[in-house]
Amino acid sequence: MSKKDTELKPKPAPESGKGFSRRGFLGTSTAAGAVGSGLMEQTAEAAQGAGGKGITLAGETEITLNINGQPRKVTVEPRTTLLDALRDRMEVTGAKRVCDRGTCGACSVIVNGKVSYGCTMLAIDAQGKRIQTIEGFGNHPVINAFVQHDGLQCGYCTPGMVVAAKALLDRNPRPSSQEILEGMGGNLCRCGTYVGIKQAVAEAAKELRGGRNA
Amino acid sequence: MPNYSWPPMEQRRVMGKRLARLDGAAKASGKAKYNSDVRPAGTIHGAILHCPHAHCRVRSIDTSAAKALSGVTSVRVAAEPGKEIMWPNAEIAFVAARTEEIAREALRLIKVDYEVLPHLVREENLAAAGSRAKPAGEVVTGDPDAALRSADVVHEGEYGIPVITHCCLEPHGSTVQWSGNKVEFWPSTQAISNVGGDLAKGIELAAGNVHAHMDYVGGGFGSKFQADLWGIQAAHMSKESGGKPVKLYLDRAAELTIAGIRPSVYGKIRLGAKRDGTLVAWDSLTWMTGGMAGGGLNADLLPYVFRNVPNRRVNHTAVATNTGAQRAWRAPNHPQVSFVTCAALDDLAAKLNMDPLDFFKKNANLTVREAVYVSQLDKAADMIEWKKRYHSRGDKTAGSMKRGLGLAVGTWQGGGHASQCRTNIHPDGSVEVELGSQDIGTGTRTIITQVAAESLGLPMNAIKLNIGDNGLPPSGASGGSTTVGGVASSSRIATLNALEKLFEAVAPSLGAPADQLEAVDGKIQVKGNPAKSLTWKAACAKLGVKTISENGANDQRNPRGLNAAGVGGVHMADVSVDVETGVVTVNKVVAVQDCGLIINPKLAEGQVFGGVIMGICAALMEERVMDEATGRCLNQDMEFYKLAGIGDIGDIQVHMDITPDHDKRGVVGLGEPATIPTIAAIANACTNAIGVRVPTLPLTPRNVLNALAGRRMA
Ligand code: FES
Ligand code: FES
Repeated sequence: MSKKDTELKPKPAPESGKGFSRRGFLGTSTAAGAVGSGLMEQTAEAAQGAGGKGITLAGETEITLNINGQPRKVTVEPRTTLLDALRDRMEVTGAKRVCDRGTCGACSVIVNGKVSYGCTMLAIDAQGKRIQTIEGFGNHPVINAFVQHDGLQCGYCTPGMVVAAKALLDRNPRPSSQEILEGMGGNLCRCGTYVGIKQAVAEAAKELRGGRNA
Repeated sequence: MPNYSWPPMEQRRVMGKRLARLDGAAKASGKAKYNSDVRPAGTIHGAILHCPHAHCRVRSIDTSAAKALSGVTSVRVAAEPGKEIMWPNAEIAFVAARTEEIAREALRLIKVDYEVLPHLVREENLAAAGSRAKPAGEVVTGDPDAALRSADVVHEGEYGIPVITHCCLEPHGSTVQWSGNKVEFWPSTQAISNVGGDLAKGIELAAGNVHAHMDYVGGGFGSKFQADLWGIQAAHMSKESGGKPVKLYLDRAAELTIAGIRPSVYGKIRLGAKRDGTLVAWDSLTWMTGGMAGGGLNADLLPYVFRNVPNRRVNHTAVATNTGAQRAWRAPNHPQVSFVTCAALDDLAAKLNMDPLDFFKKNANLTVREAVYVSQLDKAADMIEWKKRYHSRGDKTAGSMKRGLGLAVGTWQGGGHASQCRTNIHPDGSVEVELGSQDIGTGTRTIITQVAAESLGLPMNAIKLNIGDNGLPPSGASGGSTTVGGVASSSRIATLNALEKLFEAVAPSLGAPADQLEAVDGKIQVKGNPAKSLTWKAACAKLGVKTISENGANDQRNPRGLNAAGVGGVHMADVSVDVETGVVTVNKVVAVQDCGLIINPKLAEGQVFGGVIMGICAALMEERVMDEATGRCLNQDMEFYKLAGIGDIGDIQVHMDITPDHDKRGVVGLGEPATIPTIAAIANACTNAIGVRVPTLPLTPRNVLNALAGRRMA
């Protein structure tokens, strides 16, 4: 059974070419004609040509994704998530696959300036968007703050935490402790590193403001 | 023979320092490659077809359509027709394909006909378990019946703590490449020295033909010791796919249901005390499930910590349920029995009209470390201002928010495991320390390097540490808080053995016998005479072309005072409960932890913080929910299998009991003890706030409101 078979009912695909629902794609087939996007028609046709009628939307196509400022070509299926495209097809593995359902934040990437869960966005839907992954952060002070304040143990949640922290500080350079809790609230850690993370985010904020306290 | 003893506390230069973990930057920058990130050239993907029923028999299975799907390279049936399946999500078939998407699609093409059989998936009602319940037999000391009859106060209560899962963020799995008679194995494991041999056994290959390697592991908590069916089937699929590496990791639903759980414990407990608070009798009937094997509970664990109560009767029953099998879970069984015991003691104290702090101290003589617990109870009480803030059961202030304090105790062994280490000193001055251990997030890399740097008088960056490979000297699995003691001792011994060889090589140049030399501040010098010295580099150059390579081992029967076992700990909690919504909020938890010699206080505290936070998760929200009607797990995802977030933990204060006396014991592991008492401390604080016991954890609004409404268990 995978959870997908039993729990995810096929949903009608959205009308417009925007905001494809991953769950719809992962469900069993919907008619290719229900999908509005030219791209989708193309891949759906490819799938039909290859596999016959009444099959899931499958078939590979090459797309270009803008990763950390670089255009990168990658071959994906319509149902491939941005996260799986990064991890399994582009060797960009900082973002991790944990819940695969938009709950834990381990897969966090920044899309057009906003933190997004890579597991809930389709790769094809990420075309034309600016995708920033932790690999593009260089020596961002948030990283060192996590190390110095021991905001990590096994480290599997950590890249997602660092992405969330950077995005928080980008939009709010002076977060209160309550705002830190809210800004980091979309990420889960099993090892229990939140005490260090709170300190790390507060210290990184200070450092980014040039060491000034105010 | 070198003197292996740890240098005195005040002379340590690297050990005892609050150093940041060495692999922190690699992990926090996303550069660290976990084995679930590793994709050797040509990697293909595996996927698993799981059984939808809790109990059934496979009538037929048809994989022809899956095999015919383009891109599929291997389809293997794990449950042949006739096979009885005993729990939901058990493995029925495995597929490998060019991409994961294709492998998952192939699963949907496999047709299985099941004969559904009756199941039992819930255990909280022992009477309903019928023949699935297996009593373990009674253990009695003294005369519990007479003691209860003559006790001044008797309390009888029911308590339950449900099954929870490990929920490692990196799922179980591996990448395996089997070509010819060689296997390359990249597992997510807590046991790199053993797991290759385990896979070899599973695929009937000589152990030496399996090479296992792992740099990082994304959590294990006791659930990642084996190669598992998933590794074995991935190996077979690799072979059937022309030797291509097969990457196969569990999805979250499987991870939460078949990759390990912590057994539940339910219990009916009777206990009695004299008017002055002296505990005189304990009588418990406990039961639990850990899957089809039931679940054993060592009778010595009850009553927990207060084990020397003069009169006790302990009955335990294992209940076999059609659910995924248990695995060791950070301090196996201790958090559950800590809850059952400390909750019952707290209730008895309330009946005696006694402050539980006084009651626990009064009975500390029933533990094996009375002085430790008394001093820890006092310390924790200071930290949480117990004396000032404690009120008797039930917060009488107006309004719906009620506040309370609670306490609980824990204990663990944590002596070092068997570990071998090799230290190489090269003529160019470089040093390698090598052992087949793993850093499961505890900071193992960092503490081994601290030990080696301390032992050689060198800075941390002069040591190159190699771990994570089964080609290295074997070291034990990371479980039971045994790693730190094991690897600290073996690396101390191997490194001092290597240093002794270096002393012998340079003794003639320094004009002093080898046993009169010491390694200090990057130099080899005559003891107490820095004028007669060689720099480390110059000393190593005396080796000519010969590398020193020396071994050392931690012998568990004779740890030479380098490591020891046996610690106690006390946690206290301050919680608020909204009696209208049933929401419990943790304001504060204080943890006082006894721990032996601390190699790195920052990392040691991190273990305690992490342990407390895991305890908060289990106290407030964690619970595997099985549905008796369908036999399915209702929350096999992280939306409904809840973990605490950063906003749920309150203020956590940790006090490590670092004293010269404790330091003298050597190193003691503390991953497990740190998580044990938190649950009971929070549960007791909740009871203190609202005035009634919530008998069944977690402290969800449903359970809290049920308790307030006077409804019974579950
Ligand atoms: S893996 Fe994407 S949110 Fe958990
Ligand atoms: S550090 Fe292990 S899950 Fe967060």
